[in-house]
Amino acid sequence: MALNKEHELHSRRKGRNIGLGLVLGGFVVLVLALTMVKVTSNGFNFPSELSQGTN
Amino acid sequence: MTDASLHASTVYEDEASFGDYFALLKPRVMSLVVFTALVGLLAAPVSVHPVVGFCAILFIAIGGGASGALNMWWDADIDRIMKRTKKRPIPAGKITAPEAMTFGIALSGLSVIMLALATNIFAGAFLAFTIFFYVVIYTMWLKRSTPQNIVIGGAAGAFPPVIGWIAATGSMSLEPWLMFALTFMWTPPHFWALALFMRNDYDDAGVPMLTVTHGRRATRVHILAYTVLLAILAIGTGFTSIGGPVYMAVAVVLNALFLIGAVRIWRRDEDASEVDNFKVERSFFKLSLLYLFLHFGAILVESLLKPFGLGGW
Repeated sequence: MALNKEHELHSRRKGRNIGLGLVLGGFVVLVLALTMVKVTSNGFNFPSELSQGTN
Repeated sequence: MTDASLHASTVYEDEASFGDYFALLKPRVMSLVVFTALVGLLAAPVSVHPVVGFCAILFIAIGGGASGALNMWWDADIDRIMKRTKKRPIPAGKITAPEAMTFGIALSGLSVIMLALATNIFAGAFLAFTIFFYVVIYTMWLKRSTPQNIVIGGAAGAFPPVIGWIAATGSMSLEPWLMFALTFMWTPPHFWALALFMRNDYDDAGVPMLTVTHGRRATRVHILAYTVLLAILAIGTGFTSIGGPVYMAVAVVLNALFLIGAVRIWRRDEDASEVDNFKVERSFFKLSLLYLFLHFGAILVESLLKPFGLGGW
């Protein structure tokens, strides 16, 4: 069984790489969405505002 | 076939697919974690932004999956022996034990940090404790040293609704602990029924299940005792703030069926069980899956009805 271009191993690796790519892409989108929600919520203060408030 | 091609086939034939890594997270257990954590989050008297709620459930699920991967890493030796587990990625030769350990630790760290950032530090810390409890206290210590492994280890599987509640509120109260108690008391009869009809597995692996250490008669008695205690707890929960008419109706029916099943298991002897290939034990096990799902489903329905002036007492 030679490792030619059509070997099942290649499709398995491709599937793994696509899966990982989608997971990482999804994670980036999720962190972006979470950040947007956090900074637009009422209770959010930038660190500079917090330090000015306490000094 | 050349030597080179033979070498290639033997080395790469078992290379893991994406699905093998996913299987390392114990997806079926993860589905229970997702559902109970979601109920804990939604039953809390604080509304959470959908994105934050989604993140909370996702990272609790990843934390649960990570502890599953670490469990498979530690238990790879006995997973190879047991019929039920020998097709898991490590015994099947798809993923090596060190790879599973690294994967589990990385996902544990990620899930704890992300849950803390998405919700609050308390929730993140509690998720970390849950992973520690499942991996160190249950998997490494109790599972192979005491027949009460299932009882104490069941606590790890019972924590998700508490984490969900803390993620929403940032604090603790009685209600999530009632949900915890429900899963905690449900776990022993659920697993002991499994141990009754998968007996050779645990015997062969040398895991001190109650069936091995105290005998099958004692296991049947224990199933009945825990089911009675569970029924009292489940009905009692119906009178608290997370209960209501829907929950109570579900609890009464299911606990009656569960008690009948436990009594039938208690009354049977081994010969009768062998004759019908553990039919009663198997149906009790199946019912136990439905039992937990519907109890938490009813708590969810009660909490979803509350904004409309319905739900609860």
